[in-house]
Amino acid sequence: MQVKLWGTRGSLATPGPDTARYGGNTSCVAVRGHEGTVLVLDAGTGIRGMGATIDAAVRRVDVLLTHLHMDHIQGLGFFAPLYRSDVEVNIWGPASTQLSLLARLMRYLSPPLFPVGLRELPCKLMLHEVPCGEVDIGEFRVTSALVCHPGPTVGYRLTEATGRVLTYLPDHEPALGARTFPSLPRAWISGGTLAAESDLLIHDSQYATHEYSARVGWGHSSFRHMLDFAALAEVKHLVPFHHDPDHSDADLDRLMAEAIDEANPPYRVTPGREGMTFDL
Amino acid sequence: MSTAKSIQIILARQLASCVAMPILLVDAVGTLIFYNEPAEALLNQRFEETGEIPADEWRELVAVEDEDRRPVLPEDRPMMVALLHRRSVSRAIWTRSGDSAWRHLQVTAFPLVGEGGQLHGVMNIFWEI
Repeated sequence: MQVKLWGTRGSLATPGPDTARYGGNTSCVAVRGHEGTVLVLDAGTGIRGMGATIDAAVRRVDVLLTHLHMDHIQGLGFFAPLYRSDVEVNIWGPASTQLSLLARLMRYLSPPLFPVGLRELPCKLMLHEVPCGEVDIGEFRVTSALVCHPGPTVGYRLTEATGRVLTYLPDHEPALGARTFPSLPRAWISGGTLAAESDLLIHDSQYATHEYSARVGWGHSSFRHMLDFAALAEVKHLVPFHHDPDHSDADLDRLMAEAIDEANPPYRVTPGREGMTFDL
Repeated sequence: MSTAKSIQIILARQLASCVAMPILLVDAVGTLIFYNEPAEALLNQRFEETGEIPADEWRELVAVEDEDRRPVLPEDRPMMVALLHRRSVSRAIWTRSGDSAWRHLQVTAFPLVGEGGQLHGVMNIFWEI
């Protein structure tokens, strides 16, 4: 599979010269399988540029939403395939205990917040609620599971027929409530089983380690928690992702280098930058 | 070997680890998958030493009687009612583990039901009377 980062910023789009290298668009990752299946992970502002690259011959696209916070759905209305009548767009995402996925999405994709309603879109729109165990989408087996983040939020594990595994946990606070982290077996850690032995893990890296204590319960990881989580999960390659809007490129260079140097992880770490690609 | 746990169960354990009331946490088939430090006195065992205990084993560890000192049938124990009937139960009981002294407790058991109605387990909380 080929994995491309189209939006790496967390919480709020942050354009400008100080964030140009890591990128200012919010969460969006494109995954293309060897047989041509196109999966889009989250629909932050990065999805606008991603949608423009989808070939005219493509007839099906699957958008996998981890949750419905604004930074993960804000770009959805600007996703070009939604306006093509010859494309089937499958949107996967969590319902809440009280509202269906359709009802939750319509809160944003309807006036006054957006001019075009979901029901008016020309594409063939299919909605699927997660978590739903394992499903096959093209050459991918997709596993979803709820993880620790405010509101219904899932992580995704994509396994290609080749056996290569990508796990996507952009908003994740696995250390919530733990006196020390990690102190429990992997099965007892949020996202631990989902990420186990992944070839590539794209994971929340919102806060520098010293920033976390003032933001406990906000649903994100410190650099140190992210690095320790990846070690516990025994991943091969970690991509820190969902950068805090207050972290400039210079901040990220320095803070990430310090955290990696201190943790000395037994796997490769490549801080996520917009436009970056990975071949698995 | 510990199997994958749902986020509801993970967070329930985290909560149990941070409170002073004895708490037993069982999964959807009744396996005792966690008990906190205050609950170790009820079971006369330490979780670090026992790990998870299958349903039929741990129920044998604990004797339960009602307020009139009659044995409570296994299917009438609060945990089993919450598990089988998916409703909360609160009642007073007498209980002891092994040859320890009887303790008079109030127990509340409630099911942990997630999205789509999936039963993840039952939390049992005890108070001394």
